Amino acid sequence: MKPLTAALAGALFALGLVISGMADPSKVVAFLDVTGNWDPTLMFVMAGAIGVHAPLSRLVRARRAPLWEPVFHLPTRSAIDPRLIIGAAVFGVGWGLSGYCPGPAIVSLGTGATPVLVFAGAMIAGIAITRLLLRGRDLDGRS
Amino acid sequence: MKKGSDPFSARLAHKRGPTPFSFRRYSWRVTSTSVLRALLGGSLIGLAVTLALLSHGRVAGISGMLGRVLDGDGGRTFRIPFLIALVAVGAIAAAVTPASFGAPVRGAAVLAVAGVLVGVGTTLGNGCTSGHGVCGISRFSLRSVVATMTFMLAGGITVAIAGAHG
Repeated sequence: MKPLTAALAGALFALGLVISGMADPSKVVAFLDVTGNWDPTLMFVMAGAIGVHAPLSRLVRARRAPLWEPVFHLPTRSAIDPRLIIGAAVFGVGWGLSGYCPGPAIVSLGTGATPVLVFAGAMIAGIAITRLLLRGRDLDGRS
Repeated sequence: MKKGSDPFSARLAHKRGPTPFSFRRYSWRVTSTSVLRALLGGSLIGLAVTLALLSHGRVAGISGMLGRVLDGDGGRTFRIPFLIALVAVGAIAAAVTPASFGAPVRGAAVLAVAGVLVGVGTTLGNGCTSGHGVCGISRFSLRSVVATMTFMLAGGITVAIAGAHG
């Protein structure tokens, strides 16, 4: 049962990305192209996701525990520090260059296309190297 | 049809150089269908991360999941099945609706550099569009709001400098 709900969540997530247009890198870049030929449509993806998750997550977090775990595992980190800003900025540069953020990149692996394999391979290498260098330094927002 | 109201003149008008901001300039790309698809897709993403929270008590941030799997902390009941489902639905969608994946906007060398930047940045910043942009903002986490504004701003500046493709 546990892996089934995880797979169902992943499937819904991927379906949402494909339907919304987030899996098309040219559409994502057009969304970021505010000073050029801007396409604001993808703003509605975030609006839809937050519009659904903000009220529902409030209800869920009012429970004593999730269905399959004894406790919720939510991020505890709240500091707005240079590491957060630098990290988000570096991510934004890569996102703007490619039109891929991690979710759509992994979903697009299903196409088997070489450019996506190159991007995802480089992304996974970047994650692995950074985690190796930061080892032990509060990686997942948990103390 | 009024001059400048069809896609092609809108594009040409843009090519002629900077013009004052006008929503009409963009409106041809914002169709009711694309907005409805964006809202529907976004709602599905919202349901997906809610299901992950309800059943597993976890934030469904993709960069964090990848990182934990790389650490050998696969979570066979959560992260591995979630990630496999992402690729599986991607493969089905590639067969049914290949146009949804568009075409890459850069060559392989730039994509490789961009991939490293996305990997390093999301690890340093503890999250990406899903973890900060959807889950964090939905919890009204100020940290996630700041991260999301930062990566959107950096993405916007990058496209302004590097162009939309090339």
